[in-house]
Amino acid sequence: MNGIKIVVLAKQVPDTRNVGPDAMKADGTVNRSVLPAIFNPEDLNALEQALRIKERYEGVTVTLLTMGPVRAAEIIREGLYRGADDGVLLTDRAFAGSDTLATSYALALAVRRLAPDLVIGGRQAIDGDTAQVGPQVAEKLGWPQVTYAEEMHFEGDKLIIRRRLERGVETVSAPLPLVVTVNGTAPACRYRNARLVMKYKYARTDTELQTESSDYIAAGRSSIRLTEWGVDAIGADREQLGLSGSPTKVKEIENIILQAKESKRLTSSDADVESLVRELLEDHTIG
Amino acid sequence: MNNLIVFCELDEGRPADVSLELLTRGRSLANTLGCRLEAVVLGSGLEGIENELFPYGVDVVHVADDPVLEHYRTMPYTSVITGLFRQEKPQIALMGATSTGRDLGPRVSSLLHSGLTADCTSLEIGDHYVSKTDTTYKNLLYQIRPAFGGNIIATIVNPDHRPQMATVREGVMKREIADKNYRGELRKIDVASFIRPEDLAVEIIERHMEARKVDIKSARIIVSGGYGMGSKENFAMLYELASVLGGEVGASRAAVDAGFAGHERQVGQTGVTVRPKLYIACGISGQIQHTAGMNQSGKIIAINNDPVAPINTIADYVINGDVATVIPKLIKYYKANAR
Repeated sequence: MNGIKIVVLAKQVPDTRNVGPDAMKADGTVNRSVLPAIFNPEDLNALEQALRIKERYEGVTVTLLTMGPVRAAEIIREGLYRGADDGVLLTDRAFAGSDTLATSYALALAVRRLAPDLVIGGRQAIDGDTAQVGPQVAEKLGWPQVTYAEEMHFEGDKLIIRRRLERGVETVSAPLPLVVTVNGTAPACRYRNARLVMKYKYARTDTELQTESSDYIAAGRSSIRLTEWGVDAIGADREQLGLSGSPTKVKEIENIILQAKESKRLTSSDADVESLVRELLEDHTIG
Repeated sequence: MNNLIVFCELDEGRPADVSLELLTRGRSLANTLGCRLEAVVLGSGLEGIENELFPYGVDVVHVADDPVLEHYRTMPYTSVITGLFRQEKPQIALMGATSTGRDLGPRVSSLLHSGLTADCTSLEIGDHYVSKTDTTYKNLLYQIRPAFGGNIIATIVNPDHRPQMATVREGVMKREIADKNYRGELRKIDVASFIRPEDLAVEIIERHMEARKVDIKSARIIVSGGYGMGSKENFAMLYELASVLGGEVGASRAAVDAGFAGHERQVGQTGVTVRPKLYIACGISGQIQHTAGMNQSGKIIAINNDPVAPINTIADYVINGDVATVIPKLIKYYKANAR
């Protein structure tokens, strides 16, 4: 559909798929500083879907919305390099400690201010794996939701969406406004565009310019400023943010100490493997 | 009375395994709490469905039977469930962590502002003390789940909001009939009173459900591969060993993410939970994400090159060596010794 405005929800996440032995501190908390921060993989699938709609129809704009610390501006630039038109970083100390519900509350307010026709996000983020934020943002907006999308296109003013379910595929027709979450089985995101990298390389938020002293050069090189919103910009009620706005509380965090069994240690020698096979046959585990 | 309620999903007209597993766990939690166990089923043509649920010790089955509920759709299901929850005020609500439960759960929890924990691997009842306000909350639902890619286990509680909601993957809880003659009460939900016209805005144009092709859950022997297998091609030897032993092939999340195996084979918190007689973990490091889904296996053999891999600590046998060397030997000596 021509002229629609799309907001892509994206999250910067620690790369939990590549966790080394130093990822946990002695006190059992996560040592975020040693984990590389990446663009949440399924949010990249979501961005690709938005960019495809932008290519196919006239006058479509794509705005990336992310909530996180100042450094999360990195993924806004990453989105701009791949073809997003602009981005908003939602950042405020008051957001810290928010569970999925408090997060969704803040994101929904920011979406309202951006007033898009369509919101697209990844199905879930790899640090929490909850898949809750998409549906909860939809509910806070009072919009319908379509989850696990793989492909979408317009027929008239309805969005036709193919969904990947655990045991099959379903195609639905949905009116706008709408929230869609995209599955990892959807097409991968396109690469960065060299021209856009040049254009946005030095785009910074105001806070980045103030805090990163090494970035003083950036200020002179680019006039592009990334939008940064705090609690007041979205008119949020502080009580509904952070720990106080989160119905779920973390009672206890346990570092993983697996209960060691008494394992039999074997080598890959023929003698060891054969005696193991015989033992398993004798106690009827196999055979 | 604030009861425990399980959202029962249907699988081709029959109660889904995951729902029966939740009823089994729900019965024991309800006993601890001294409350009733209730179930809610939505669909079309549900005549007699309650009889399949009562044996799990269900005291009340709420049935919403209406053609608009034939297939799952977010909005009408949300309206019926939240309508019922507002009326019944359950203290705990459980759902399967299926594509349906993971779409419905967050929507319902947001509407009721109740909080939801996804993919729990364990549910317990216990107290919770908050030092700041010097308050002890009695008999809360401990929602226990691995987090952060499986590197920590978190216990989540929901002190102030109801219902306390959690989703659980299929196969995590055991399924057990409480009493085959148990009879509860059937209550019909007035569907029309809950559904608004705008709930029907999203329409299903086409559905294509596939029969479950790979069923690693019921396999007696599982040969599972991890990222350490290196490639999809190297998985071929796992299929060979599995076929010789009469088992199935499983995979870790890292192996599935890398494209070595299909998602239906994924074992772990975000995959399938399995309890085979024998689990052979090949090139799997054993993050809790994975071990949460297989640590109740009868016997575990770990084959890998890493003497300090976490999987080794839960294995009965650890073969330190190259998977590509060990597997052909296992096949060879099995063939030589089996009668």
